[in-house]
Amino acid sequence: MNDMVVPVALTAANYKSGYKPIWCPGCGDYTVLSSITKALAAVQVPPHEVAVVSGIGCSSRIPAYTSCYGFHGVHGRALAAATGLKVARPDLTVIVTGGDGDGYSIGGNHFLHACRRNVDLTYIVMDNHVYGMTKGQASPTTEPDWDNKLSPGGTGVRSFHPLVIALASGANFVARAFSGDPNGTADIIAQGIRHPGFSFIEILSPCVTFRPDQREWKTLVHPAPVAPTADPARAARRIMTDDGFNIGVLYAGDRTPYPTQPGKAKRAVADLEAEFEQ
Amino acid sequence: MSTSTRKRPGAAKTTPTRKTAAKTTARTTPAKRPAVKAPRTLADLMAQAYALEREAVERYSEFADAMEMHNNREVAAMFRTMAQYEAKHAQQILDEMGWTEPPPPPAGGFQWLAFEAPETTPIDEVHYLMQPWHALQLALAAEQRAEAFFGELARAATTEAVRKAARQMQAEEREHVELVKAWMKKVPKPERNWAIDPDPPRYTD
Repeated sequence: MNDMVVPVALTAANYKSGYKPIWCPGCGDYTVLSSITKALAAVQVPPHEVAVVSGIGCSSRIPAYTSCYGFHGVHGRALAAATGLKVARPDLTVIVTGGDGDGYSIGGNHFLHACRRNVDLTYIVMDNHVYGMTKGQASPTTEPDWDNKLSPGGTGVRSFHPLVIALASGANFVARAFSGDPNGTADIIAQGIRHPGFSFIEILSPCVTFRPDQREWKTLVHPAPVAPTADPARAARRIMTDDGFNIGVLYAGDRTPYPTQPGKAKRAVADLEAEFEQ
Repeated sequence: MSTSTRKRPGAAKTTPTRKTAAKTTARTTPAKRPAVKAPRTLADLMAQAYALEREAVERYSEFADAMEMHNNREVAAMFRTMAQYEAKHAQQILDEMGWTEPPPPPAGGFQWLAFEAPETTPIDEVHYLMQPWHALQLALAAEQRAEAFFGELARAATTEAVRKAARQMQAEEREHVELVKAWMKKVPKPERNWAIDPDPPRYTD
């Protein structure tokens, strides 16, 4: 009798949970979720070997919508939690998700140091230039002259430039994607997961409720006309001089990732469970 | 160079307005459209047609889920029905080709005229207060794009078998266009203020 088990390929559906997203209809985060599941299917890493870690915000709800392990943590601290997880469990594929407010403002300092440490994580930021969950305040990436009820005449404050900050801080993979291009985004996420070290992927993901003007993005984004470079100086020039709508892998470096090795557990899981039950 | 020189669409000083699903329907393609490349074989064409239908299933299902979560049940049911139709079309392709599953996509994925397959409605074209008429209008635009797409494939085809099959697909999509148009006549047109929410998610003056 031939008892050889034929492996069955994982599909995107294998990475989706039974929970339905509660995002506003039209939100770009729906397709980002789809892209993440497609990317994981492309990489063929089983759901139980993946952890999705997030902070707070609309986009930070993503862990619940996947069948992977998840951690919906404290505002701005997703990268800190994910770094600890990856260092303790290097066998896991760790994906970090969040928005521009969570990642660049509340978690801004963690962002810099996560890039610098170059732990093997994939950080996906759904950037819509606004705090959507808290009703439309200006975020670090909001344009200085975005006029609205909460910041009449605009904030007048220069926008944060996440890609160049990531590059300067040491991220080993820097890319920009667009939620309206879910297949292209899935491909970029898969590349980010496969690339060693800290991969940073900024996804332009329109907020149709508070920034309906961002529906125009689909007419503005375009594939980056150049191949990825491993030269940070060349990448910096590209990123600083592009129009903000170039999508693709803009930098793929060769820095050695932060060394991780499985540690020996000091306490058994059963002990921890017993402690929680007390 | 200063980051402030980067152009962002949000820099426009106009007050954002609620755009209807109907108004945004036309803007479905990126600024630069690639030229269509015809499939080399009949199997390639059918595999691409299958992917086109499955992507539509996925998007209509996402819309249905979103509308259910926002208690817009009538529109949710309509999107669910559309997903079922597209799933049926996909199954028909498998049956016609005698496939249990489609061949794997080509390296780099299928080539479309926009970011997504033509029968896939862009994610941002729905609204939580939209009505069945809007959903049908989106479906109509999707079927029209699919019809045009197969027409372009037929024109670009280099073999008679591919050309003939693409023409057949185009004719089928044209039928779907007429069916949706007929469906739209049975559905009331929305009132002018359909998007007004007495308790909106964003507050205005």
